[in-house]
Amino acid sequence: MDKVMSDKKIIALYVLPALVVIMTLVYSPIVMTGYYGLMKWDGIGKMEFIGLANYTRLLSDSMFWQSAYHSFLLAVFSVISLGGYLLISLILAGKIKGANLLRKIYLIPMLLSSVAIAQLWLRIYHPTNGVINSVLTSLGTENIPLWLADPDIVLYSIFIAIIWQYAGFYILIYYAALKNIPESLIEAARIDGATPWQIAYKIKIPLIANVIKVTIVLAVVGSLKYFDLIYVMTNGGPNGASEVMASYMYKQAFRTYDFGYGSAIGFFLLLICLVVTWVIRKLTASEEEIQY
Amino acid sequence: MKSVIENRKTTLTANKPTLRSSKHSLWQRLTKGMLYAVLILLAIIQIFPLVWLLFFSLKNNQEVFNTPPLSFPTSPKWENYVKVWTEGNIGTYFFNSVWITVVAVVITVLLASFVTFAITRMKWKYKNFVLGLFMVGLMIPVHSTLIPLFSFFVKVNLMDNPLSIILTYIAFNLPLTIMILLGFYYALPREIEEAAIMDGCSIHRMFFKIILPMTAPVMATTAIINMIYNWNEFVFVNTFISSDKYKTLTVGIQNFIGQYSTDWGAIGATLMISILPILLAFFVLSNRIVEGITSGSVKG
Repeated sequence: MDKVMSDKKIIALYVLPALVVIMTLVYSPIVMTGYYGLMKWDGIGKMEFIGLANYTRLLSDSMFWQSAYHSFLLAVFSVISLGGYLLISLILAGKIKGANLLRKIYLIPMLLSSVAIAQLWLRIYHPTNGVINSVLTSLGTENIPLWLADPDIVLYSIFIAIIWQYAGFYILIYYAALKNIPESLIEAARIDGATPWQIAYKIKIPLIANVIKVTIVLAVVGSLKYFDLIYVMTNGGPNGASEVMASYMYKQAFRTYDFGYGSAIGFFLLLICLVVTWVIRKLTASEEEIQY
Repeated sequence: MKSVIENRKTTLTANKPTLRSSKHSLWQRLTKGMLYAVLILLAIIQIFPLVWLLFFSLKNNQEVFNTPPLSFPTSPKWENYVKVWTEGNIGTYFFNSVWITVVAVVITVLLASFVTFAITRMKWKYKNFVLGLFMVGLMIPVHSTLIPLFSFFVKVNLMDNPLSIILTYIAFNLPLTIMILLGFYYALPREIEEAAIMDGCSIHRMFFKIILPMTAPVMATTAIINMIYNWNEFVFVNTFISSDKYKTLTVGIQNFIGQYSTDWGAIGATLMISILPILLAFFVLSNRIVEGITSGSVKG
């Protein structure tokens, strides 16, 4: 039995195809991104080694820092909104009839492509014919905001579309985790006279701390690499007011054909994602140790 | 233990009316009603833009601009759908989305099943390391790989070739697919394998005849998750594919809408066509989709 199940040839046959695919198309590209970042290269012609010039340029590029700041803002907003999702899930996971149907309805936007969502929200925000502004006009509001054309609010407008897209996803995850808590624990607390608020705060939330940790990582990393929706809705505009790291990288590489600089941004993005994931896991892991 | 809890529960519920004043229960009912209101309001917010989209896909510009947003289309303009389907390349994009999605999903789920089987059921030294390699893949942002992938596909002459997107879909979906399969494979009883091997069954035969059929439910779940991701994917197609005959729906509609930027009915119809298959799949398979999304993220 053991002999059959440790046949090296069969193991290689089963593992190698997938391993080759992921090594060629995921791991070797991330190494190459770092390497291309050291080059001056337009994507077609000869590469010229320029050392860390692209990376030092990155450090003094105000447009890049602006886009990084926007990505950071989106990450902060996303983490804050997790609190709201958690609250909704706590309500939903209480004894609510139709909870199953409701969480499925919440999920629907998450299933659609970001391109379709972006095109739809472009019309929701349309200055004259959009659904928001036609309601505002009929209410007699003056000074109707230009949702996507005003540099001061464009990022918030986009963030509302992001909330709409992902709310169901996080609610679903929290709901599933809350439903996994053994009913007997909650019942025991209730018998001891704990209020619903105390049960949520002292029992339910600590018990799903691990899942909350995962969602924080997902929300932060997801925000850092946010691209599709912004690319379609504003393409980083007006005047860079909604530019994020991924869209800035895409422009440098595929619009201005500065592949070396684009790669440097891409590599930076990768490092940030990995570091942030690591830091969040470390931080939340130490909290856990204190707790138990 | 359980009966003790049940006992306490019944005494508790029996005591409830005497413990709590009627004022209290009214207050409770009121909060419950408010909570319901919040949940239903949220559901309306999530659905409303899509209803609005459906409505304006059946209107002409005059109706869109001059009637209230949620007014029912007076005489549904189905010709919007006919127009975008016949005038543009929507049919081609749609067909491309279907076959590229199907091919990528089948290969991904099969390759992932092979790997998961070897990692969970077979005995070898480096399996944890290999599993780690696949799992770290979950954290890699696709944008960091875009430029090297672009130059790689130029080099191997796969630019503007559907194979380039199929391969990247497989590569980037393998980690998540393996992660969802893992739990299910760990739970499979070993006795079945032992019995099969005792009977002289080869590993391949066992994998295809016994293991794969047993994992059919979880394979279906991963297939659906893969399908949603591939169907909606944008940046790879936008970067690697340039000719109309290979574009998929997400990129196709983006270009198409550019031409019809003022005809809201046509835009609405195009968007509806692109999201309908996913919505239909959701109505039929919602439990599996929900299950796939939760198992795909919670275990991370």
